[in-house]
Amino acid sequence: MSSGWSWFIIILTLANVAAMWWLASSHSKRRPDEPKADETMGHVWDGDLQEYNQPLPLWWLMLFYLTIIFGVAYLFLYPALGNYKGLLGWTQLDQYETELKQARNRYSGIYDRLAELSIDELTGDEQAMQIGHRLYVNNCSVCHGSDGRGAPTFPNLADDDWLYGNDPDAVLASIVNGRNGIMPPMGASLDDGTIDNIVQYVLSLSGQPHDAAAAAAGKPMFGVCAACHGMDGKGNTMLGAPNLTDGIWLYGGDAASIRTGIVNGRNNRMPAHEEMLGVERSRIVAAYVLQLSREAAP
Amino acid sequence: MYEARQKIHPREVSGRFQRLRTAAVFLLLGLYYLVPWLRWDERQAVLFDLPARKFHVFWLTLWPQDLFYLTALLITAALSLFFFTALFGRVWCGYACPQTVWTEVYIWMERWTEGKRHQRMKLDKAPMSLTKFRRKAAKQFLWVTFSLFTGFTFVGYFTPIDQLAVKTATLSLGGWETFWILFYSAATYGNAGFMREQVCKYMCPYARFQSAMFDRDTLIIAYDETRGEPRGGRRRGSDAKAAGLGDCISCNKCVQVCPTGIDIRDGLQYECIACAACVDVCNEVMDTMGYPRNLVRYTTENAVSGKDSNLLRPRILVYAALLLAVLTLTVVSIASRTPLRLDVIRDRNSLYRIVDAGYIENVYSLRIMNMDNNPHRLTVEVSGISGLDVETEPASISVPSGAIEAVAARISVPPNVASGGHDILIRITSADGSLTVEEPARFMAPVPQQ
Repeated sequence: MSSGWSWFIIILTLANVAAMWWLASSHSKRRPDEPKADETMGHVWDGDLQEYNQPLPLWWLMLFYLTIIFGVAYLFLYPALGNYKGLLGWTQLDQYETELKQARNRYSGIYDRLAELSIDELTGDEQAMQIGHRLYVNNCSVCHGSDGRGAPTFPNLADDDWLYGNDPDAVLASIVNGRNGIMPPMGASLDDGTIDNIVQYVLSLSGQPHDAAAAAAGKPMFGVCAACHGMDGKGNTMLGAPNLTDGIWLYGGDAASIRTGIVNGRNNRMPAHEEMLGVERSRIVAAYVLQLSREAAP
Repeated sequence: MYEARQKIHPREVSGRFQRLRTAAVFLLLGLYYLVPWLRWDERQAVLFDLPARKFHVFWLTLWPQDLFYLTALLITAALSLFFFTALFGRVWCGYACPQTVWTEVYIWMERWTEGKRHQRMKLDKAPMSLTKFRRKAAKQFLWVTFSLFTGFTFVGYFTPIDQLAVKTATLSLGGWETFWILFYSAATYGNAGFMREQVCKYMCPYARFQSAMFDRDTLIIAYDETRGEPRGGRRRGSDAKAAGLGDCISCNKCVQVCPTGIDIRDGLQYECIACAACVDVCNEVMDTMGYPRNLVRYTTENAVSGKDSNLLRPRILVYAALLLAVLTLTVVSIASRTPLRLDVIRDRNSLYRIVDAGYIENVYSLRIMNMDNNPHRLTVEVSGISGLDVETEPASISVPSGAIEAVAARISVPPNVASGGHDILIRITSADGSLTVEEPARFMAPVPQQ
């Protein structure tokens, strides 16, 4: 706010307060031309209803002054007058941060204990799993589903198939730093027939019905794909390249979906949660997710 | 224009209505100070536990979701007020209002320490002396002690009073507890010690609009002008009729006993809180004079003007019917309340999932709230489409008392049974069969491509 507006607000506010004070004090004395306390003001309604000029109770007047004093004190203590910061130096941000600190202190006892445990130990800790469940419901279930079984483009967390491996640190890294799963688009560099052959070959990898001749023709062309998916098509957890042989598909396993993936590529993003959860909570969520997966495939 | 208040020193009364008021004081204040100490199943019987957001009232435990009952309570209170005011006038003000009841007690303390009305007035006018100081100090001591006890009791409705008592005794109260005890004590002290009738005259909203509930058949306290006037003093045993006097002997006792300081002989005034102190004191005077009682009495405007009063009039019947309806509804809904709630939240990451063998799956998050005082194991059933099946994570659901659990539920149908959206019903039942709750939900299936 420019200083002109700031002064405008300050002057207007204080002038109003002063006017209130003047109003109360000037009307608390009887002016000579006014009727006395038990005389009427000369107004008559409905034939017999008259207004007297009765005095205010003293306590009422005092309350009026008290509220004005309170108001002025408030205006100067808190940032209420234009750009003036207030004597207490209170800000919304400070209050937010104080409350955040208080909350951290309140729960630090619990997290201190859990911070001692490894992610594998956390999966066996009942309290950690309860916290993990709640954190999962609030932060993860929107995409990965309440039961953790995912949906198209959102990986299933409750099975034993991991794009980046089932190592606790890899799962933690996915949560803390996020992931960007990219399949480059190949449509521009391959002709339609070749793509069809590769699609048939990929279908054959996961044992789905396919055209054997086309698949055989597509196999040599798979070399480009093998750079990430491996010669055997079993994927690469270092790169997050999916295993093409296990019948688990992130974007659908039918010929059309596979074709779309090859032609247009895929670009998938898991958001980083370090800002939202912090590492301590992320470890607990990682443990919870691993436990979901281990329940599914002991 | 303002004026300082002239303190009113009500004269002490005895009589039928005064006995009734004293009984009301003991009953109401007795309840107020005793209730927090009652126990119910290992807990305080009446406890408004704000941090836990649970209100315990004897056998009931109310949750924020039961706020509806507060509405019912407020409507009941309002209708009761209309009903009783239309019938009996300001009977609430005179006998039951906390302002009246506590003021009464504070006036008793004033009387014990400073004496009767004339002594109190003399003491107020007298210059400060050792006696005056002693009496005033004794009164303040009683007032402050009783205020603090009142504040302490009030806070005891919101935090366990036995622990509060221990904390108070060991001077280890928390900041907020201290603040609210002192705040409520100060409010009691100010209202009952100093503000008194000013609350009724200037602040009380009910006193402002009670005239809207009055009609010509409402009970009021009135002075019988035809019998009393012309008023005047007389010697005992002299023939007042011959002297042309009415029954009022101008003793002014009705003005002296009035807690609001009005003269009832001026007719009905808005300050009158219908406490009937003037009725009692005037009857006493009439008895001594050997005149018939009830020169000042409970009556109605119609009766005063010589018409018939009728009790059952449209206004009363309407108030009574409404009051009965609201009460019945409230009682029925409390009696049939299930202390179990279910919220169904559809997963929003996809409409449906197609899993092995073409089964179609929808996922829901069930929020189960156990408001009962016992833990419950629950089973989930679904109905609405043939072949519906439900799986929950975790497979067996148990919810502790007073907890909310989020449970994932996978509901599936065989292929080619459903297409598009269907209404289904999710039902949870406790293992002992005592509690069951149903909640509708929507099941989505793919629409076959044409």
